[in-house]
Amino acid sequence: MGGAEGGSADRRSGGLVHRSADPANRRTAEPALRVVGTAQRKVDAVAKVTGQTLFADDLFLPRMLYGKLLRSTQPHARILCIDTSKAAALEGVKAIVTGQDLPIPFGILPVSQDEHALCPERVRYIGDPVAAVAAVSEETATQAVELIEVEYEPLTSITSVQQAVATPEPRIHDYGPHGNLHKLINLEFGDVERALAESDYVREDLLFYEGSTHLPMEQHAAVADWSADGKLTLWSATQTPHYVHRALTKVLELPASRIRVIACPNGGGFGGKSDVFNHEIAVAKLAMETGRPVKITLTRDEVFYCHRGRHPTLMWVRTGVTKDGAIKGMHFRSLLDGGGYGSYGVASAYYTGALQTVTYNVERYKFQGARVFTNKAPCGPKRGHGTPQPRYALEIHLDKIAEDLGKDPAELRLKHLVSPDSITANYLRVGSVGLETCIRKVTEGAGWKEKYGKLPYGRGVGLACSSYISGAGLPIYWNAMPQSGVQLKLDRGGGVTVFCGSTEIGQGSDSILAYIVSEVLGVGVEDVHVVTGDTHLTPVDLGSYSSRVTLMTGNAALQAAERAREILARNVAAKLEVPMARLAFADGRVFDTEGPHNGMSFAAAVQLSEAAEGTVGTVGSYTPPDSPGRYRGAGVGPSPAYSYTAAIAEVAVDAASGIVVVPKIWIAHDVGQCINPVAVMGQVEGSVYMGLGEALMEEMAYRPNRNVIQKMPSMLEYKSPTTLEMCDVVTYLIEDPDPNGPFGAKEVGQGPLLPVAPAIANAVYDAVGVRIDEVPITPEKVLKALKKKEKGEEPRYGPHSFPEIPWPEPIRVPPPWEGGDGRAVPAGGAAGGEGGAETGHPAISPAPTAPSVPSPSSPERQH
Amino acid sequence: MASRRRKPAGKAQISLVVNGEPTEVAFSPHKTLLEVLREDLGLTGTKHGCELGECGTCTVLLDGQPVLSCLALALACDGKRVETVEGMARGAVLHPLQETFADLGAAQCGYCTPGFLLVAKALLEENPSPTRDQIKQALAGNLCRCTGYLKIYEAVELAAARMQGEEAEAKEETLYGRR
Amino acid sequence: MLRLPPFTYLQPKSVRQALRMKTDAGANGMYVAGGTDLYPNMKRRHQEPKVVISLAGIRALGRITGGTRGSELSVGAGVTLTELHTHPRVRNGYSALARAAELVSTPVLRNMGTFGGNICLDTRCNYYNQTYEWRKAIDFCMKKDGEICWVAPSSPRCWAVNSSDTAPVTVALGAEFVLVGPDEERLVPAARFFRDDGINYLTKHPHEVLTEVRLPPLDHWDATYWKLRRRGSFDFPVLGVAVWIKWDGGLVADARIVLGAVASYPKEVPEAAQLIIGSELEDDVIEAAAAAAYKPSKPMDNTDFGLAWRKEMTRNYVRGTLQELRTRRKD
Repeated sequence: MGGAEGGSADRRSGGLVHRSADPANRRTAEPALRVVGTAQRKVDAVAKVTGQTLFADDLFLPRMLYGKLLRSTQPHARILCIDTSKAAALEGVKAIVTGQDLPIPFGILPVSQDEHALCPERVRYIGDPVAAVAAVSEETATQAVELIEVEYEPLTSITSVQQAVATPEPRIHDYGPHGNLHKLINLEFGDVERALAESDYVREDLLFYEGSTHLPMEQHAAVADWSADGKLTLWSATQTPHYVHRALTKVLELPASRIRVIACPNGGGFGGKSDVFNHEIAVAKLAMETGRPVKITLTRDEVFYCHRGRHPTLMWVRTGVTKDGAIKGMHFRSLLDGGGYGSYGVASAYYTGALQTVTYNVERYKFQGARVFTNKAPCGPKRGHGTPQPRYALEIHLDKIAEDLGKDPAELRLKHLVSPDSITANYLRVGSVGLETCIRKVTEGAGWKEKYGKLPYGRGVGLACSSYISGAGLPIYWNAMPQSGVQLKLDRGGGVTVFCGSTEIGQGSDSILAYIVSEVLGVGVEDVHVVTGDTHLTPVDLGSYSSRVTLMTGNAALQAAERAREILARNVAAKLEVPMARLAFADGRVFDTEGPHNGMSFAAAVQLSEAAEGTVGTVGSYTPPDSPGRYRGAGVGPSPAYSYTAAIAEVAVDAASGIVVVPKIWIAHDVGQCINPVAVMGQVEGSVYMGLGEALMEEMAYRPNRNVIQKMPSMLEYKSPTTLEMCDVVTYLIEDPDPNGPFGAKEVGQGPLLPVAPAIANAVYDAVGVRIDEVPITPEKVLKALKKKEKGEEPRYGPHSFPEIPWPEPIRVPPPWEGGDGRAVPAGGAAGGEGGAETGHPAISPAPTAPSVPSPSSPERQH
Repeated sequence: MASRRRKPAGKAQISLVVNGEPTEVAFSPHKTLLEVLREDLGLTGTKHGCELGECGTCTVLLDGQPVLSCLALALACDGKRVETVEGMARGAVLHPLQETFADLGAAQCGYCTPGFLLVAKALLEENPSPTRDQIKQALAGNLCRCTGYLKIYEAVELAAARMQGEEAEAKEETLYGRR
Repeated sequence: MLRLPPFTYLQPKSVRQALRMKTDAGANGMYVAGGTDLYPNMKRRHQEPKVVISLAGIRALGRITGGTRGSELSVGAGVTLTELHTHPRVRNGYSALARAAELVSTPVLRNMGTFGGNICLDTRCNYYNQTYEWRKAIDFCMKKDGEICWVAPSSPRCWAVNSSDTAPVTVALGAEFVLVGPDEERLVPAARFFRDDGINYLTKHPHEVLTEVRLPPLDHWDATYWKLRRRGSFDFPVLGVAVWIKWDGGLVADARIVLGAVASYPKEVPEAAQLIIGSELEDDVIEAAAAAAYKPSKPMDNTDFGLAWRKEMTRNYVRGTLQELRTRRKD
């Protein structure tokens, strides 16, 4: 094990620095962890620092052609005619496909099968693909797409949520409850109106969270190869090879068994590569047409057109509290701008209302959410999926409530934290809750008591907290199978190979598998080989999204490794004539704990077992526990475990310009148990970075009066913070293990983003006394608010109204403490209408017998 | 319908010293150094994020100085020394920066990493003990979406210390955070 | 990958050779120096030269001479921005220029981009600096391939903005540019090098080569440059303020105030400069000058940030630059 003085040899054999044990904080079964909890190099680190990692665009196959998509120059139009003849005549062009060649729709959610690889008759945003070309070079392909002539008949375009609500015709899609409303949600857990009436104090706020995009450094790329025996291989920069596999099967009408999808390491994902993309299907079709490998690499502006980023969300919240700050009732409304397609949007909409209840006790809760279609690039899941927006609203709202009540915002929060091992008003089962420690750490570290309300004008501190899921309780399409599977192969030489469908996007998911197997089997991390993200070789894992990977693949790997250990232990115990329970697996040996010399090498143990029982291999899988919620919509929000975060931002606001600078952020994250602490640090710091960008400058802006075109689809004009904007970060890693996590581990990839923006907004208020109820917090907005303050007007910048939405009748579910059992109460005479779907993911995935797109008679259409 | 023909452009040839090796390469004359490295020399370690000089991902060293390979015409590089990420290690021994980037998690997805490594290498050659602020300034032309840059700074600092002969190790707080 | 269109690349060794090549190529030819402006523009097809003539191999353009006691400083147009801002004589005597150069884009880009290139930087607009497909979706714009200036649709002219950091400083310092054509060499004051038009933004004839920038000798003057932008790197200015002051015993003897990134040319505001001449830069004088500069500052909606805020910041930045110069008054 590498000591503090360890050289490179030591470094290879274990952790980078051996950390003094901290038993006080451990609730795990294993008393002495050898690998888990120790800072390690990631298994792919050397490949990445030497340039050897092959990303999708790094693949060059013999005879490979280059593909290019022709994208719509109209935001909303009917395609009248596509003339490809000039392009076809260009030398070097090998194939051209259009929507007619790929007529079958697809979509990531079963309820939103609303996309086509190439638009057959209608385009819905600028950038919507309409044709694809394969040619001998990228230049020829580019030249060819320009020669394709498309005749459009423009349709009225919908540029804003307000317009979408007010304009039922033309409909962007012909499904959804009404006009351009894609999804309406109305859930009520207890009588919120009565709770508000009974509260000591009620406050109402309106907030807006602007859209932003993932901006992975790697542009999406995919390579397809079609062999003459009818087999298709697709390499892609995807976070979700399993879903790509399913979509290819559906659209190309090929047997799934003849399609192989290989997820290349992603050069950044952040949710932006978790949809199925047009180019992935088009490139496959081009390979089938030409019989040659084809590659499509998107340009940066095309990456912006793919988008699937943060939904711009308008929010209204009304909360009733006691004098003490206890939340008696909360009514939350959100309105999401979905862009041109469904994507994950139904789930996103639910998520804007799901996790309000898991940080502070909320006695009664009502959530109304709406997602609308507009003629913009489709929105989807971005780091924090649907939850940074409501978290921004909630944490600012609470800050205001604390001020109104004359309470310290930290104290107010500490008093009303959700209890561990409890069930919330909306039936989310919470396990470990390390939030109290998180708040205490950051308030102590930042000197909260000395700073809050006491810094000179222009300086301020703000606090915000949050929570996030460690994987979703239910898969996105209805099935009863595990969410994650692992296979283990034990080699006679002592090596172990882990096969898992998970996808490395830079977060370290490959490494997690190696660490856990290494921990259980006592072999070195470097003796574990990881094969991931290949639908031919690896068992299904649903993908790198929802912060599910460490918990789910970790548990699957843990199970597979424990089963392998069992096989080896059985045979070694027999040979050594000691009880199995006395055997230890460590340092590449299997030995008797009561006489460590009595043992054998791990390789010998494998050989022994193989001789006795045949080839040694095991499988492991993971299915999350059932959630107590049984109402329609209960599918979004449940998770095996929730991470918790608290953050304090310190800001400097220049009142003359409105420019906000964030010198430092203190953040504490309850990760349950670090598997690799340095990787956890990286996720926390990276989340702070992305949160900082969203808080201050990142913005997915459009020009509504100019064809609804994106204002700035470039690295230059989309403002991602540079080294000069990034703040100092003090990170506290809190370990409150959750029994559902492997070794107690919970998520870290997304949660730490959530409190950053509201902490900054609250700090701006502390600094100069203005509320910026909208991100990004630009100097222009701050200055406007400061001017209003000078004039004696409300010192605030933010939205002023929430449109009238034709909400359906609420689904009423009494909270657990009001005798509820997780089911909806029958709505006046329409019993069973909402409570019917009790299994699967009723909100986003109908049961297998139901149609994949809601029909007019489906319960989706309730008014 | 008139068929448009692409003019078959003759190939240009130049001599380069790529990662220490004299190399001759022929390519279409309007190609950038980025394209020639990746497509004609098989050095795909050099990545690209925008091809417009707006992200720093494609940075390589040209005669020891960081340049954007997406904006350098390959023809203009005739006779020059090019260093890419593939040339940083000495045989199987990693450059100290590669060691520290690997150990500290300064490479997450790894896509921007080659550019950061090469800028950092050029910095340390010019200024062996840069301050944190000098590191930030030097790396201000490279975007990273994963790390928030902090681990990158620490990796550069640690490598700098080691290259100065110190037996430096990462701080416990760097690897484990505060508790 | 976004790629360059095909072109012929020529590498002359002398200005004379370059001029000949340009004459041969005619309107199809363009000069390139660092390539950091032209190549991205070519990739997005703002410029489509068939012949690109590189000035990078002309050694004479890479020299910095003079600038010692009483002599003017001559900077070759081919000097890179990194060389410019790190050169001791530039840093010490011409710190405003060093500062402007150091604030251009990123450290890596500055290793490539040249002083001459930054002075001749194509005007920018966020209806223009977009890919061909993007521009097609708005039916292009007046500056390239289209009819209308989307910044001001009823306007007969293009409002693309001069986004150079060094250009306003050269105007403020009263620099002179050496332009070499096939038949003559001429010396043009910086202020007359730029035109108030987003398309024809330079008075330089396309065949002329900007070879050298001559900066006035050091003589009891001081100058500074402030740049406003979203991020501390990468970004072009959304406002630049360059101020030059000639001191005479604690009084301002002469002054120039130049605004960058608010018009198609570096916009001198003599009405503001007039107000400080003869003063000691007292607070009320500075305030009056800031107000005077604010009035003619008319940014358009074609960069990052809103134009109202950018206009408002003119006041702050003029105030700030003048305060800075006051604190290090040169007697």
